[in-house]
Amino acid sequence: MSVRLTFDPFDPGELLGDFCRDRSEVGAVATFTGIARAEAGATVALELEAYPGFTEAEIGKIAGQAKARFGLDDFAILHRVGKIAPGEPVVFVATAARHRRAAFEACDFLMDYLKSKAPFWKKEHGPDGARWVEPRAEDHADLKRWDEPKGG
Amino acid sequence: MARVLLFGRLSDVAGWRERQVDSPFLSALRTRLSKEDTSLGEALAGPGVQVALDQVIVRGDAPLNAATEVAFLPPMSGG
Repeated sequence: MSVRLTFDPFDPGELLGDFCRDRSEVGAVATFTGIARAEAGATVALELEAYPGFTEAEIGKIAGQAKARFGLDDFAILHRVGKIAPGEPVVFVATAARHRRAAFEACDFLMDYLKSKAPFWKKEHGPDGARWVEPRAEDHADLKRWDEPKGG
Repeated sequence: MARVLLFGRLSDVAGWRERQVDSPFLSALRTRLSKEDTSLGEALAGPGVQVALDQVIVRGDAPLNAATEVAFLPPMSGG
């Protein structure tokens, strides 16, 4: 179970190798890697700010919920902060479960949370300057898919 | 002296990211920051800006001590 932030570029393949090592009972590992888009030259760099300690703790709470809801054996989340060049991985999420459905769904759920609600502040640097970015309506809609039906 | 942290566009508005400010209450801290810099005051009172004291989100007023970390958090963008 890990939630980490890093200023440095990372290799998703290496992370996947580490995450899969020494497992004989989980049966399924799903991963997602998000990569910074160039937007045809409109984005020169992405800049992500986090609140160290708070950001990991908030992500950890949601990851704990995902673990309980989908019955995960384990998860690993690594998120870049600072300036990120187009083409570089921004986020890596891995989930491990006994069967594939839980691993896929938990990974999907975690990404919907990370893209819409996680405590980051995002700035896009373009040829004409920088601007702060808010989540897209689609990001909020994606997260709504996971609302639990109300009882009663 | 509380340690005040600004995130996202708030630090762009203020021109600083971290400062020590002497204030016994959160409400007094807000008043003081607004008096010094009205545009920051407006930004801090803007929609969706949350406050965390020692990394816990609070609503309303609260006492501050010398070691309190006060973070003003504009709406979070996700990663």
